[in-house]
Amino acid sequence: MSLRWDVLAAILGMVLATFLCRAGGYAILRVTRPPPFVQAMLQHLPGAIFVAFLAPALAREGWPAWVAGGAALLVQARLGRMVLSILVGVGVLWGIRALQ
Amino acid sequence: MAGLALTLGLAPFGLVVGMAAEAKGLSLLETLLMSGLVYAGTAQLVALELWTDPAPILAATLAALVINLRMAPMGAALAPVLDRLQGLRLWGTLAVLVDNSFALTVAEMRAGRRDAAFLLGASLAMWVCWMATCTIGQVFGASLRLPAGHPVFFASVAALMSILVPLWRGRSDLLPWGVAGVLALAAHGLGLGQPWPVLAGALGGAAAGAVRDMRRR
Repeated sequence: MSLRWDVLAAILGMVLATFLCRAGGYAILRVTRPPPFVQAMLQHLPGAIFVAFLAPALAREGWPAWVAGGAALLVQARLGRMVLSILVGVGVLWGIRALQ
Repeated sequence: MAGLALTLGLAPFGLVVGMAAEAKGLSLLETLLMSGLVYAGTAQLVALELWTDPAPILAATLAALVINLRMAPMGAALAPVLDRLQGLRLWGTLAVLVDNSFALTVAEMRAGRRDAAFLLGASLAMWVCWMATCTIGQVFGASLRLPAGHPVFFASVAALMSILVPLWRGRSDLLPWGVAGVLALAAHGLGLGQPWPVLAGALGGAAAGAVRDMRRR
C-alpha cells in the first residue's frame, strides 16, 4: 500500500476542482438572488442536463445503444422498475452485439 | 428499491475506474483515496486516461474541473432543498452530490417532499457501493480483463435513461429536452469533447424552456 506524494497532489487537485463545481453553482445562488429568467431556467435544468449527457453517450455507441436505451426507457415508463430497466438495457445491447 | 437500482447502474462504472487505476499503476490506497474524495466517475476515468508518471497534477485537476462543471447547475437546481441547511451540513451534502442522487432528489422535490436528509442518504449509500466496486476493480482488474466496450458498462447509461422517466413532467418538457438533445449532439458532432456538449445542451435547453415560460405569462 504505497502513497506517492505526486499522486496525492494530483488527487487533491481533483478533489478541490470537483468541490468547486459541486458547491459553486449553489454558492452563487445563495449570495445573489437570480433574475426571473435564470429562475425559470433552473426549473428546466435537471431534465436538460441528463438529456444533454445521454444523447452524445448514445451517439458514440451507435444505433444498438439507441435501441437498448429506448428499451430501458420503455421498461421504466411501463413497469416502473429501475432494476429491470437497467438489466433490459444491458441485455438488449448484449444481444444486438452478439448477433452483429 | 431505487437505491438498489442505482447501485446496479453504478457497479460496472466502479469496476472500470478500479481497473483503469490498477492499469495506471495506482496502489489500492491511492485508488480508494481518489474514488472516496473525488467521487466522480467520468472525471476519474478521463483523468486516468491521461495519467502519466509522475502524476499529472495540473492535467488531472483541469480534467476534473472541466468534466464536473455540469454539477454546478445541479447544486443550483437543488436550492429549495439546500436552503434549509447551514454550515458543515450544507457543504458536506454538496461535497458528495452525484448525478443519480441529484435525479432522485429532484423527483422527490417535485412530488412535494423537500428532504435534505434524503439527498445526503442517497449520495452516501451510493458512495459505499462506489468504494466497494472500485476496490473489486482494482484488486481483480488484471484477472477480469473486460474490454472497454463491453455491454456491462452500458448499465450506467441505462440507469440514467430510466432516471429520465420520473423527471418527465409532460408535454411541456418536450421543447427544453428536444433543444438540449439537439444542441448536445451538434456539439458532439463538431468534435467538441466533454463538458461542452453537456453544457451547451443543458443551458440551451433550459433557456429554451425559460423563454417559452416567460412568453406565456
